[in-house]
Amino acid sequence: MPGLNKAKEPFRFHTRLHLTELTGLRATTLGQLADLIKKVPGSSIYHHTHRFLQQHQYLSPEPPNDFAHWVTDILGEDELGEMLASIDTIQYSTIRALRDKIVSTIESYLKDSAFARLKFARRGEEFHFMKSVSFVLPTAYSVSDLNEFAGALKKVTLDSIYFHIFEARLRLERGGNDFSNWIADSLGDQELADEISNLDPYTQTLEKLRESLIRIIEKKAGA
Amino acid sequence: MAQINEYIPIVGQSVVDDLRLLADKLKGRSIQHINSTAVGGGVAEILNRMVPLLKELGVNTRWDLIKGGEQFFEVTKKFHNALHGRPEEVTQNDFDIFMETSRKNIEETVISGDIVFVHDPQPIALVNKKAGNKWLWRCHIDVSDPNQKVWGFLRGFIDKYDSAVFSAPGFSPHLPIRQFLISPSIDPLSDKNKELPPETIDAVLRKYSISRDKPILTQISRFDRLKDPLGVVEAFQQVRRHIDCQLILAGGTASDDPEGMKVLEEVKAKAEKDKDIHILLLPQDDIEVNALQRASTVIIQKSLKEGFGLTVAEALWKAKPVVASNVGGIPLQIKHKYSGLLCHSIDGAAFAVKQLFNSPEYARRLGENGREHVRNNFLLTRHLREYMLLFLSLYHGEDIVYL
Repeated sequence: MPGLNKAKEPFRFHTRLHLTELTGLRATTLGQLADLIKKVPGSSIYHHTHRFLQQHQYLSPEPPNDFAHWVTDILGEDELGEMLASIDTIQYSTIRALRDKIVSTIESYLKDSAFARLKFARRGEEFHFMKSVSFVLPTAYSVSDLNEFAGALKKVTLDSIYFHIFEARLRLERGGNDFSNWIADSLGDQELADEISNLDPYTQTLEKLRESLIRIIEKKAGA
Repeated sequence: MAQINEYIPIVGQSVVDDLRLLADKLKGRSIQHINSTAVGGGVAEILNRMVPLLKELGVNTRWDLIKGGEQFFEVTKKFHNALHGRPEEVTQNDFDIFMETSRKNIEETVISGDIVFVHDPQPIALVNKKAGNKWLWRCHIDVSDPNQKVWGFLRGFIDKYDSAVFSAPGFSPHLPIRQFLISPSIDPLSDKNKELPPETIDAVLRKYSISRDKPILTQISRFDRLKDPLGVVEAFQQVRRHIDCQLILAGGTASDDPEGMKVLEEVKAKAEKDKDIHILLLPQDDIEVNALQRASTVIIQKSLKEGFGLTVAEALWKAKPVVASNVGGIPLQIKHKYSGLLCHSIDGAAFAVKQLFNSPEYARRLGENGREHVRNNFLLTRHLREYMLLFLSLYHGEDIVYL
């Protein structure tokens, strides 16, 4: 059974806890927002495009990134807000590339919309730039085959799943999520690795993502 | 007092496992909290819960208080108001009084922590005693628009700390030191927040002669101008033109707040002996506060400025519909029309209260959403985790830390 094939290297689950660091930088107009997005550290872009995933693990009406939320709710630029909210983060493998896309989206919108340049946030409603500081810790879970892998996925925290799917791929630039990398390299199952890579983790809650992963892996393990 | 494992049914096993992992990484380090009061107000309340739990997790923690006389606390109250942007005449004599008491505290306070965690402006000058250890300054105040004279004076101390902590992004100024965002929290197992049997709630209502025959609007707060109790009375009077209801204004005073009694008298005068306005100067009795919140139909928090507004989290945790000002840390707790209603004025507050009184199903939905939001973001376990990460951050400057 594929579920019992032993991996060349075991997979050790890690978890990631985070602190939010304040930068003291704030924007009141779209122009300032674009300028500061170009300058702030990558950890800040990461924070504002991923914060929602962890703070709202349950169903939430919040838009998926802070830039889109501010542009829509504070500046009232719904069209730009929608453009920013629908940037397909999974297509970008580095923060740099994601940052460039956000900046070019705002700047091209500003070129076509003269009035948008004049909008500014009221006092107290400015965009405050923050950044994520991640603390990565090993957990007690180490697995060597798909059956063990599915079992551990049921027990680890959502923070652990978050780390291996989101942070490893985009922030640590490991060229894919950790689960797919291990399944392809240590278990030699490229098909299963691709199936996991093709999931869009940005449009579901973390608990839903956990369920999807377990379902795909258990199906393969029992095949 | 609750043990750490008692939180598992509320937040889950994995959250408590993470706390143990982090506590283990702090082995060999000692933490010393310092503030100015052991009772009254949010800071003392959090430390009363936080310190025993850190100890239970194995983190070597102690809590010390500075000393100060009446004059000192009058000055620090002035500082507090000025930092919140209220007009205050702060003189050189005030700074001299502050420094004189601070010098005594610097002499008398034994600094023993590897990490010294100073809360709010009152003990801020202790940092002059900094040696080879790490120092943190925790600002619980809304300093988004501070009086520059007082802020400038405090900056002389703040810049000597290793890191500062604020409760909301808007409070974050440009500083040469690292700054972190950590929201305060409530303890779901404390007397103030635990579940209560109906007979306990009824007994408290009987004690204060409050009947349940009409809807109850409640603000729980110290009698402090920044909590706008006079505005609450005015909003209530507007609501009552249309809906027969009653108001509870209940709170204590803190030992570092000499202004409280004066404000209480002003509120009594404004209420004009109205039998539907219950003004309660409560003793330090958390069960009573809990019972009054649970007995309420709608909770209001009409602060003009707010460091964070823990009473909002308390009300939301009890799944109560809340009307609160869009200030300080309150918008972090209430997403407008999703987990409560935000307001900017007395008229706005009155309108929102009427809406909730008249639409109980909508009010119930807001309260339930609010409870889930608090469970995910504002309970003590999240706060403990972030404080331990904060302590660890003092020894790691990078953005990704492998422990």
